Amino acid sequence: MTVFERHRLTPWLLLAPQLVIVVLFFFWPAFASLRQAFYVQDAFGLGERFVGLANFERVLATAEYWRAAGVTLIFSIAVAAGAMGLALLFAVLADRVLRGSKLYRVLLTWPYAVAPAVAGLLWLFMFDPVLGVLSHGLALIGVHWNVHLDPTQALLLVVIASVWQQMSYNFVFFLAGLQMIPASLLEAAAIDGAGPFKRFATITLPLLSPTAFFLLVMNTVYVLFETFATIDNTTLSGPGGATRTLVYKLYEDGFVARDLGSSSAQSVLLMALVGLLTVVQFRYIERQVQY
Amino acid sequence: MRFNRLLSALILATAPLATPVYAATTITWWHAMEGVLGDKVNEIADAFNASQDQYVVKPVYKGSYSDNLTATIAAFRANKAPAITQVFEVGTATMMSAKGAIYPVHELMQDTDTPFDPNAFLPAVKSYYTSADGHMLSMPFNSSTPVLYYNKDAFKKAGIDAPPKTWSELGDDARTLVERGASECGLTTAWPSWTQLENFSAINDLPFATKANGFNGTDTRLVFNQQPETVAHIQQLADWQKTHAFEYGGRGDDGTKRFQSGRCAMLTTSSASQAGIKDASAGNFEFAIAPMPFDQDAISQPKNSIIGGASLWVMKGQRDEVYKGVARFLNFVASPEVQADWASFTGYVPITTAAFERLKQQGFYDKTPGADVAINQLTRGTPNDNGRGLRLGNMPQIRNIIADALENAFNGRDSVPEALDNAAKRGNAQLTQFQQSVGQ
Amino acid sequence: MRYSRPGLDRLTHVILVLGVLVFGLPVWLALTASTHSAGALQSGVAPLWFGDEGLANYWQLLSEPISGLGVSALRLLLNSLIMALGIAVGKIAISLLAAYAIVFFRFPCRTLCFWLIFVTLMLPIEVRIVPTYSVVARFGLIDTYAGMILPLIASATATFLLRQSFMSLPQELIEAARLDGAGPMRFLKDFVIPLSRTNLAALFVIMFLYGWNQYLWPLLAANSPEHATAVISLKNFVQATDTLPPWQLATAMAVLTILPPVAVIIAFQRFFVRGLTDLDK
Repeated sequence: MTVFERHRLTPWLLLAPQLVIVVLFFFWPAFASLRQAFYVQDAFGLGERFVGLANFERVLATAEYWRAAGVTLIFSIAVAAGAMGLALLFAVLADRVLRGSKLYRVLLTWPYAVAPAVAGLLWLFMFDPVLGVLSHGLALIGVHWNVHLDPTQALLLVVIASVWQQMSYNFVFFLAGLQMIPASLLEAAAIDGAGPFKRFATITLPLLSPTAFFLLVMNTVYVLFETFATIDNTTLSGPGGATRTLVYKLYEDGFVARDLGSSSAQSVLLMALVGLLTVVQFRYIERQVQY
Repeated sequence: MRFNRLLSALILATAPLATPVYAATTITWWHAMEGVLGDKVNEIADAFNASQDQYVVKPVYKGSYSDNLTATIAAFRANKAPAITQVFEVGTATMMSAKGAIYPVHELMQDTDTPFDPNAFLPAVKSYYTSADGHMLSMPFNSSTPVLYYNKDAFKKAGIDAPPKTWSELGDDARTLVERGASECGLTTAWPSWTQLENFSAINDLPFATKANGFNGTDTRLVFNQQPETVAHIQQLADWQKTHAFEYGGRGDDGTKRFQSGRCAMLTTSSASQAGIKDASAGNFEFAIAPMPFDQDAISQPKNSIIGGASLWVMKGQRDEVYKGVARFLNFVASPEVQADWASFTGYVPITTAAFERLKQQGFYDKTPGADVAINQLTRGTPNDNGRGLRLGNMPQIRNIIADALENAFNGRDSVPEALDNAAKRGNAQLTQFQQSVGQ
Repeated sequence: MRYSRPGLDRLTHVILVLGVLVFGLPVWLALTASTHSAGALQSGVAPLWFGDEGLANYWQLLSEPISGLGVSALRLLLNSLIMALGIAVGKIAISLLAAYAIVFFRFPCRTLCFWLIFVTLMLPIEVRIVPTYSVVARFGLIDTYAGMILPLIASATATFLLRQSFMSLPQELIEAARLDGAGPMRFLKDFVIPLSRTNLAALFVIMFLYGWNQYLWPLLAANSPEHATAVISLKNFVQATDTLPPWQLATAMAVLTILPPVAVIIAFQRFFVRGLTDLDK
């Protein structure tokens, strides 16, 4: 691919803006976080003490950290299952219809443009104990909606708001994936007498599996980071920590408790987790590109 | 590394674009007063700015109390701290221990030759912001205390004549209200840790933490879980929860909505919520204000309650000229005129005796029934070790931990003693960490 | 390929329409609530149909300073626009040059440079927010548009995507350029950019949405209401301590906040879909 071999300075000039910004605003702060993980410091940064791995031990020894890990896992599975399931259903249907396919696509993708903070606000409004349409609807069928007390309802609320947001993202990918499946394959199967459901199970689904795998990783990353704004606008991690994700805990320890050592240690653990996900995804991408 | 320096210089070159230039000395004031309270803050600053032409106070709304503290700390670490910042009462220990970051108000007043009398403030307010050696470190601004709001229409419907004085009376009333169909729920609360643990302890003369709730040293530990009366109180709330005699309304002030909508007939929350509740319930029902109930098994004469709200802290790192203006402005804020106006508008209590007297003279308490409940409750008796307030490091996080525990107790995940023991254990880890981080 | 089965077709449409309605409900309710008065809202369940306030709440937000913030919604939306455009244009500009260098030049440490940039790919700003604030403040950029924008363009997503896109440019064209003897700048201007126009447009749409919807960083970096964005201003409405949230204004502000990005996604649907599927892998 290389075109210009004899230019010595040009590539550096081209790279300079990106490199400088990344070094100043990414590596510098990231290394500061890394260093902080081995120190205990007061909130105002007036003094600090090296403590080795004590911060990591402190984090990993608390039951709350593992509870947050568990909540994050359940949250991820629920969002991935909900958002991908619905997205696949709508994508298959939108791919089927002859008329209005484009319109459906537009009408099902716009929630992607809504900020997670706004999504939180919208659902908070619908479940408001006084005004909420949904909390009143539930009261009619005898369900007392109280996200301040019921851990299942609270988790359900943030899952619903996240699925609402994330479905459109998955939908776009599934629809694109469906449209890339060669018509000849499906026609051949139809000639062999396979019905629509059999064709879906034996041809469509296997061909969509790389997309599904990619989306699984992206949904996990979404739950890890983006849902912070959703939780912060709805349940504030309650009740009793039932909706406290790893990032929310990191934020609480860092910004509410101002325990910089502990939150930095959690940052490092999270960086390792995301690094792992990146490698997994990168291998997947490289494989895709070779096809 | 010449090229790196060049780029730093390039970036720095864009900075002056954002720095405004004023003729008068600018004093930045970061606060957490949203909505109409924020407008009132701007009004106070405008009045001060109009009263002289040497200084311009510029109030900046920085989000919630917690957001503002976060922003203040981050800004201080980057040498960009505002001259004045508003910190909620539970952030007091954090601010007090940051000796290199704050400019104690008593020193500021002395250094700038500004007249300042700490005894002008109400004892319960003054003690909260006074260090162990008797110096006032921050300037009280907005103080409130929890009171009991009750729905008069629902009480009438249930045939109850007077508001409950004790928790056992309240329990009976709550059950009666629900059983007679006068309301769907008896009691709800906002800020549960503040109303049901912190103030319950103070009013009933029970320790919340050792070392006089932290006033006598950072080696304090939580002991609310070891007080049988406190545990029994949370237990009765958990029991009432099953029959809707009590409904938990969240760790913030969402419980207020359950009262405003008429669902719950009683509410414990800040005295400063009065205006908001009045607005929302107008036309729906009549309500009144009563003192917080006490526990007659623990005490025969209830003690004073403790304050919530915030005070103004002066940050280091400004020019002397700025501090002269800060001293003048703080004096202005504490003046009876400003305080009386602020208190009558917001429902916060007047923080000085002079402001209280002024409001009395103006006939405010005659015109506004119930407005004196808070200040009377706050000023009864002399604050003792259990009633001066709380001075615990990482207190905002400890409140979250307590809210976690209450939620887990009320939804049945843990038993009440289990939940409170766990909260004390987690909270004590916070206190240990704080003690270490401030090097004591 | 699609076989017409009347029963199945009808069911398909029914489910799709249901889906569209359910997904539109939250915004519909915000839209209707925003046309009611505060009093009308507080007296009962959120209304499903428009109220008699018309656009009065919107007009109030846009023309008067918002209570507690001191600036109008117009200013907030303008700030959001500046931030979103700054992030989109800035990120594309620096990424275009960097990806161009990595793909079309051979120089020492090329792989190292690629990895240095690549490491930033998925690590969001949330995990390094405290030190980032210190760095930005050290350069005096707190409460400036530059300070709000720069840390958010310090990530490699766009570089990586453009690298993918450049690597898939047809080999013949590159050969043609080589025979033509075009210099680096002309090759970029006359060949690479025109051929990547669709991808650049797609990237722009995605980055615009990303910039517009930022939450935690602008909250810290914008110290004064003069720089606050629409998304972070919403907190001012719902976090009402001691007062009921003014839902009629909160919902109107929510509608104003989502209008621009939703308009972008609908208007540039083709680029948006392409941006996600062709580039975001």
